[in-house]
Amino acid sequence: MEQRENIIELKHITKTFEDGFHAVEDFNLEVKRGEFVTFLGPSGCGKTTTLRMIAGFDVPTEGEILLNGKSITDLPPNKRPINTVFQRYALFPHMNIFDNIAFGLKQKKIPKDVIEKKVKKVLELVDLEGFENRRVSTLSGGQQQRVAIARAVVNEPEILLLDEPLGALDLKMRKEMQLELKAMHKELGITFIYVTHDQEEALTMSDKIVVMSEGRTQQIGTPEDIYNEPKNAFVADFIGDSNIFNGIMTGHLKARFCGGEFVCVDDVEEGTHITAVVRPEDVVLTAPEEGTIKGVVTSVIFKGIHYEIAVASGKNEMVIQSVKAAKPGDLVGMKVDPDNIHIMIAEDHTNIFEVEINRNHRLEYNGTVLDTSLTKIIRGSRRTENGMLIDAAGEEIDPKKIRIMAAIRPEDIRMTDHQDEGLVQGYISNLIYKGDHYSYVIHTDIGQDFVVDDEDLWNMEDQVGLIMPVDKMTFSVRR
Amino acid sequence: MGKISFSRKSLGIPYTLFLVLFVVAPLLVLIYYAFTNGQGQFTFANLVGFFTNPNTLGTLFYSVAVAATTTAVCLLLAYPTAYILAKSKLKAKSVIVMTFIMPMWINFSLRITALKEILTLIEGNLAYYPFLNAVIGMTYDFLPFMILPIYNTIVKLDESLLEAARDLGANETEAFLKVTLPLSVPGIVSGIAMVFLPAMTNYVVLDMLYNSTYIMGSLIGGYFAAYNWNGGSMIALILLAIICLFTLLTRGAEEENSRGGALL
Repeated sequence: MEQRENIIELKHITKTFEDGFHAVEDFNLEVKRGEFVTFLGPSGCGKTTTLRMIAGFDVPTEGEILLNGKSITDLPPNKRPINTVFQRYALFPHMNIFDNIAFGLKQKKIPKDVIEKKVKKVLELVDLEGFENRRVSTLSGGQQQRVAIARAVVNEPEILLLDEPLGALDLKMRKEMQLELKAMHKELGITFIYVTHDQEEALTMSDKIVVMSEGRTQQIGTPEDIYNEPKNAFVADFIGDSNIFNGIMTGHLKARFCGGEFVCVDDVEEGTHITAVVRPEDVVLTAPEEGTIKGVVTSVIFKGIHYEIAVASGKNEMVIQSVKAAKPGDLVGMKVDPDNIHIMIAEDHTNIFEVEINRNHRLEYNGTVLDTSLTKIIRGSRRTENGMLIDAAGEEIDPKKIRIMAAIRPEDIRMTDHQDEGLVQGYISNLIYKGDHYSYVIHTDIGQDFVVDDEDLWNMEDQVGLIMPVDKMTFSVRR
Repeated sequence: MGKISFSRKSLGIPYTLFLVLFVVAPLLVLIYYAFTNGQGQFTFANLVGFFTNPNTLGTLFYSVAVAATTTAVCLLLAYPTAYILAKSKLKAKSVIVMTFIMPMWINFSLRITALKEILTLIEGNLAYYPFLNAVIGMTYDFLPFMILPIYNTIVKLDESLLEAARDLGANETEAFLKVTLPLSVPGIVSGIAMVFLPAMTNYVVLDMLYNSTYIMGSLIGGYFAAYNWNGGSMIALILLAIICLFTLLTRGAEEENSRGGALL
């Protein structure tokens, strides 16, 4: 008989640390009894802080935590029917395995013979029969991991919290433990809340995934939802490998991105700026003339079951997983089934493009040297006398190993009839009236589309130059 | 290959030389003197003498009493201090730790002389309270040696162990008693070793406090001053035996907790 109520609810949880750092902002979540929920996100996204608030180690600055409908926000950790498996296990080194596992039971003043029975049973559950008298230091990482789990579940908590419990194990062991944890979850029927930065782990194990970034929830959904229907570019980028492009709707079920016009299934109004996501395994390689777009293969990596092929199409790069091999330098066509193009309405239309690093460590775009330098972009870096670039720690930076992305907002670009004055040249391929200004898409000669806001009306197909002031650009480094 | 192992071995030569010259040889000399009489003949007389002479035995027990009291007082003062220091979130923590270590850098005789003046002011005549003064002087001198190892073990204690204890149902006091205290045992043992043994022998403190009582160190000093090398050596050897015994007894605790930050 399954109870359908929520076991735990987090309402508008905000955590601000003493130094003013917002670890978690307005976090809302409902967890059903028996669910396996995973908090997924890069380090520093607030997932561990949220877990610590559920455990009671941290108190939220704002908001409420309800357990079975009752507030436990101010309850100390020892008063909560919740147990934690810690990241580095946190086993007591001065106790043997039996005493470690029995710690919580002894705390509850349970009779000795019952404790002995329970410890024996839980050791069987984690496959460590007969380990009662071993010392912690004599156990391998995987065994310590199991003891940590046993120590938590022996208390029969209502919720089991797991803070990156498999982080310290090697790959093979991690895969095994994933399956075992999943099986244990089924067997015990306890609600699991799991924290990880490993998207594959989250997809394998969870009933529900909470994707977090910078203290905020990005998306909550089943693994399938998160993978197939990412809500925004962050989720798409974080879950699995993705090709992400800025684009625009050019007609009914037609989207233009990556230098081509694709048919899609998302009905978005014409003229809307979009972010298009294409999974590498969904791109089909064709003969050059048969593809929606074409490009030149730049790299091929054999990955065991498939090849990972990078194709440059104009200024865009498409990563493809294919069972067919290709050679660098091949001209190929690419097409994508309409079902496999995921269209998201772009919240902001900032133009992002890659700039090149020339020999003097200055930045170049479309053959023009920009009035800025690498040393300004990479904090603390400087050039040595013999022309080497070193970072703040004094390590050499190889310009070939980093990519510099420039971003400029549509209202900061100006169009001009004198094409030579512009940083890039192209023609207006799309325009829409936005109430107080027009939004244009310029398809440039070098294959990159730019979104430009302008108060004046220009004509379709007009040849223009784009003036982009360097001081309006923001640069970021990708390694 | 042979060349490498040769050069590696030769790196140990200075150390071996030092060891033989300054540790093994003096020890052998000590043993020789302890078991011979003034004429160089082998004898147990020194050993038997020590344990049959009520004066020397009395000194041994008095020394143990002074050292044990000093150690206990040091421990009672040092543990809370070290704990508060290690747990405080003060930015100036290292500065505060320094202030406790600073006295070690000030000349020893200066410190004790200052203490003597203060005690004289309070007690009038130092001779009235020899035992108390001995303990006060020793505590003042050795307290930093107790604080530092305890502080080191507590500061290195993994915070998540305490959280685990809280998570498993222990309140703050229980978590301290079941986790922090047992895990700081190596620091305590280390501190005791650094206070107890010196407190048995450092008679200079007593001398400087015009103390008329005798501890083991005074005894050795007395024998040597009277050119009785044999008697003095035997007492030194007995002290050495006590140290060895102590180390053996505490080694168990150390091994259980090799991850602790003991200072010895």
